[in-house]
Amino acid sequence: MSESNLMMHHYLAKYLRQERMPHIWCEGCGNGILLNCFLQAINELNVDLNKIVVVSGIGCIGRVSGYINVDSFHTTHGRAIAFATGVKLANPELEVVVISGDGDLFAIGGNHFIHAARRNVDIKVICANNFNYGMTGGQYGPTTPLDAWTTTTPYGNIEHPFNLAHLAAAAGAVYVARWTSLHVRRLKASIIKALQKEGFSFIEMISPCPEIFDRYNKMGTAVDVMKWFRLVSQVRHGCDPAKAEITENEILVGEFVDIEKPSYGRLLREMTSRVQDKLKREES
Amino acid sequence: MVPRKLWRRPLDSEQIKLPKAEIHIIPDLCKGCDFCIEFCPRKALEESDKLNKRGVYPPKVADESKCTLCGFCTAICPDFAIFTTEKKEETSRNGR
Repeated sequence: MSESNLMMHHYLAKYLRQERMPHIWCEGCGNGILLNCFLQAINELNVDLNKIVVVSGIGCIGRVSGYINVDSFHTTHGRAIAFATGVKLANPELEVVVISGDGDLFAIGGNHFIHAARRNVDIKVICANNFNYGMTGGQYGPTTPLDAWTTTTPYGNIEHPFNLAHLAAAAGAVYVARWTSLHVRRLKASIIKALQKEGFSFIEMISPCPEIFDRYNKMGTAVDVMKWFRLVSQVRHGCDPAKAEITENEILVGEFVDIEKPSYGRLLREMTSRVQDKLKREES
Repeated sequence: MVPRKLWRRPLDSEQIKLPKAEIHIIPDLCKGCDFCIEFCPRKALEESDKLNKRGVYPPKVADESKCTLCGFCTAICPDFAIFTTEKKEETSRNGR
């Protein structure tokens, strides 16, 4: 193998748009790991690439739709789930995956998220949570921990953060999991499980943001942050997500919710066929 | 703590051969996050002393024989700059 075409021999190379590589993400960013895990999952499931759609919103992780070699769409800020709902309802055969960030999904897109979870729309949402708005320079967002320093909270954040897993579970998601970017194998297994499940699945990946958030909060390099993840994360499957707050000393990870519920698309199609049958009977 | 010489050893540990690995690094894709070096369970990688074209120190193979093809470096690399393949066994001279 020569050096120039070595990338072609990577077993995930066929899922990437080679001409767009290398990606724009900083060194040590968890977004690349999320992309890697997602590609591993679709490689393992051997899904038809024509049957999978990736929708992303605005933010660093929003660029992911340009890197995956499937039909993908980079939507406006916060509207990734709204767009994905439309795709799924128009063509129920497609597997629709939303990959977006915490600022996009929970700040401007918060309402779309809770209502898609409440309706149980059959889409998979993977959220890269880096605790701030990375792309625009590190402003505080809905997941920034209390007392954390960002560019717009120079004296410490005074707002309480969202517990994303708890929000998703309370809104009615059928599958809720949280992993850090160090748990690559479990994250991949979770993505595989979510892709096979019917209903609204939510996976949160806690990601380092070594250039902005971690630098402002003096957490060291990306390797230091990953070591911190290893130190403080505890796997608790089935634990109550309300108690799974992310604190400095403890990050509870695992699969929190795994239930079965009829999805919105299925109920909608059943309702349509029932009403159409009824109308036909009335006409005849 | 049980002394190491009393540890249980798998009965077939002498027959099982570890696969021989080949580590492929694409130095110019590497952004130098050092995840692969830090989290390799067998410490088969180390930082190289030559800068790549991005101006960071990519990993280099320290000891290829330590690699057991666990694939963790491939899985954790955010830049798709490292992967491992199994080295094909060379056929012995008498064709066995």
